[in-house]
Amino acid sequence: MTRLPRWADVVLVPLISLLLAGIISALVILAIGQSPREALSTMVTGSVGSAYAWGYTLYYATSFMFTGLAVTVAFHGSLFNIGGEGQAQLGGLGVALVCLALPWPHWTLALPVAMVAGALFGAAWAALPAYLQARRGSHIVITTIMFNYIGAALIIYLLVNVLRPAGQMDPATARFPAGAALPTLHDLPILNLIFDKKIPANVTLFVALFACWLVWLLLWRTRLGYEIRAFGKSEPAALYAGISPFKVTMLAMLVSGALAGLMSINNVMGESGRLLQNSSEGAGFIGIAVALMGRNHPIGVFLAAILFGMLYQGGAEIGLWTSIPIELRTVVQGLVILFTGALDHMVRMMLGVFFRPRRTEVA
Amino acid sequence: MTGGNASGRQETAAPFAIELRGISKAFGPVQANKDISIQVAKGSIHGIIGENGAGKSTLMSILYGFYKADAGEVLINGQPTAIPDSQAAIRAGIGMVFQHFKLVQNFSVLENVILGAEDGALLRPSLAKARKVLAELAEEYELEVEPDAVIEELSVGHQQRVEILKALYRHADILILDEPTGVLTPAEADHLFRILRNLKEQGKTVILITHKLREIMEITDTVSVMRRGEMTATVRTAGTSPEELAELMVGRKVLLHVPKEEAKPGRTVLEVKDLRVRDDDGVERLKGIDLTIRAGEILGIAGVAGNGQTELLEVLGGIADGTGSIVLNGESLDLTGKFSDGQSRRRQGISHVPEDRQHLGMIMDFTAWENTAFGYHHDPAYQKNRWLMDNDAILEDTKGKMERFDVRPPIPTLQAKSFSGGNQQKIILAREIERNPDLLLVGQPTRGVDIGAIEFIHKRIVELRDAGKAVLLVSVELDEIMSLSDRIAVMFDGRIMGERDPRTTNERELGLLMAGVSGEAAA
Repeated sequence: MTRLPRWADVVLVPLISLLLAGIISALVILAIGQSPREALSTMVTGSVGSAYAWGYTLYYATSFMFTGLAVTVAFHGSLFNIGGEGQAQLGGLGVALVCLALPWPHWTLALPVAMVAGALFGAAWAALPAYLQARRGSHIVITTIMFNYIGAALIIYLLVNVLRPAGQMDPATARFPAGAALPTLHDLPILNLIFDKKIPANVTLFVALFACWLVWLLLWRTRLGYEIRAFGKSEPAALYAGISPFKVTMLAMLVSGALAGLMSINNVMGESGRLLQNSSEGAGFIGIAVALMGRNHPIGVFLAAILFGMLYQGGAEIGLWTSIPIELRTVVQGLVILFTGALDHMVRMMLGVFFRPRRTEVA
Repeated sequence: MTGGNASGRQETAAPFAIELRGISKAFGPVQANKDISIQVAKGSIHGIIGENGAGKSTLMSILYGFYKADAGEVLINGQPTAIPDSQAAIRAGIGMVFQHFKLVQNFSVLENVILGAEDGALLRPSLAKARKVLAELAEEYELEVEPDAVIEELSVGHQQRVEILKALYRHADILILDEPTGVLTPAEADHLFRILRNLKEQGKTVILITHKLREIMEITDTVSVMRRGEMTATVRTAGTSPEELAELMVGRKVLLHVPKEEAKPGRTVLEVKDLRVRDDDGVERLKGIDLTIRAGEILGIAGVAGNGQTELLEVLGGIADGTGSIVLNGESLDLTGKFSDGQSRRRQGISHVPEDRQHLGMIMDFTAWENTAFGYHHDPAYQKNRWLMDNDAILEDTKGKMERFDVRPPIPTLQAKSFSGGNQQKIILAREIERNPDLLLVGQPTRGVDIGAIEFIHKRIVELRDAGKAVLLVSVELDEIMSLSDRIAVMFDGRIMGERDPRTTNERELGLLMAGVSGEAAA
């Protein structure tokens, strides 16, 4: 197979994959007797057509960045962390406990502590599967999936029996104090000129961008990142170099879990202001697609997170404004994941035909 | 054409079994084969020799239908033949024995032989027929293999015979063997050569691809030399010499044996006593090894692969755990793995060039500079501050190393897998030797390495010895052991069978020790 030039590999392949996903999605919409044109225009206007729409898209993208980074870090150590969902929900528990513990005077004080708690709880939820993998050889895919269910059950138990304020009917914590509320982009100076309506995107977006940069530093500029990548490529070689598989597996998964846990400052602290059940709403799983599409690189994760934010928000708009059912959002997302993640090898092969050198004299 | 074997030999004017005319093949900018023409006479053994990347395998892949040539034609028995795929090659009477066998490990010999050549939907008649044919072939060519044995239980030499049987069962008249002796013991290789001679006598044509000059000289009738995609010469083997072939391969004069001064052994660097290692299944792979290496000498470990050499290197290099004692420079090393690993061994002055460079020695997807830091990534010289590595410093260091070790191309940002085997090995050697270790462990230093690079690598190892360092050399190439070592220890079944002086021993004596015949009997 012809090797593609780097730009084609990084830019063209995802774009064509997206296009193919779009075409199939259009066919599906046609098949249920609706107009793909209307769906597309609703989706685009609803997700990026206005500052208000961006406010939602960026909110979702922020969550996806964290979970995408979580998958990325583990993946470089050849660990497939499917447990972002559970780790994010546990992170939410940590955030909620911190926010409810004190009558926080200002969000700048609450945020760092909530971040530490979210990261710690997320990491703790990844620690046991990591330990079982490193010491016992239990496959991390299986254990992290199991921990998603255990995590969800644990949260529901705690919400119903421990954290629910007396007299409240729904399984959720009390509302966080006002001093723990994060400002949205609408609340910030200068940015409020652009985002002139109330939107959910909040300062966590900047934390996510910072996290992208930190993950890049970690993977390509630190000894730990070097060891994670070396271990991920070849375990025997890592042993030869004196890299401890146990240490690398544990640390990669702890960082991964911490990143997934950090997601909850966006939704739990930033948006809902209290801990609900199923707070992560599938973002942990979307993180897998985001990492796949983003080629396990922070820049790719950033771009893919925005795209999935658009799909998520645009899909919701379709459900709201057209007679196309909202479930179609899941179909479109599924197709995007299928084409960008699973079938991108196919696109690469098709493109390879065009990049095959025709005349050898040229070289 | 299958029936014509016997008569084919008598027709001396018969066309060539294989004739290639002007074959060219390019992969992108790389011209792998350039205008290659060969004629191989029927009933002869023809060698194709060349360095790695010279284009030998590409040429044979074209002949076997894996690649399509950009230009040129293939004539089989004088007939222009198109070979679009391996099925066509088989129909044309070509059989191929690959370096890495293509056998189903948990199938029996018979099942493997008929796989893809069944006569019908029911296996029983095919199996019965194959059993008969195999018995005949075994008789005719000394190709004895137990038909009902499962492949994974067979020795490598026997697995190779199954590959040959597969080809013959498909009526191959032309047998191509790609580096067939790489995995064989000397005795197995001798047996293979007997088989090849038998095949030749029965009128089959054999093409032997190898980089070992000794094999070419021993068995071939004619030999073609390839260099950088071109056929530089085709000569009668009887009329040439190893030195001439080496020069044709490399394009310059090559020293096949590196000259070295008498060793001046100093203090004891390494002392190993009753070293035992068990593998993951609890099988004892090292059964009490005792050895010493002094400063300024090379101890060569000879032996057939799989007799504990790998475990010896791994336990010395801190990868595997063991029991017994290893004393380095008067200090006892931890063997439990609790307080030691590859890092601690490096700090104590042991450098390790592993046997399996592609899986152990480097990360193929990493760049050359990333690989230069491999195992030494905690070196303070490679750190910018407490948290970050100094990638620029590593890059700079790599540039110097590549220059001093003549790594080509000298581009530190290239991925390791883009380099040839010899250049990969040089990257590893540069990394390990420039640490100036007290003890260098080096396994199979020239496996899959070009002749030109072999000379370079041997020189560097001898240089290190002359600088007063201890070297433990493990190799399955007896030539290499004989020419580099100051003392030779032979390993068999996890034990050291005996120690010999390279100046007074010979290959026969070492071969007996390698086969487990005890020292007294061999002496």
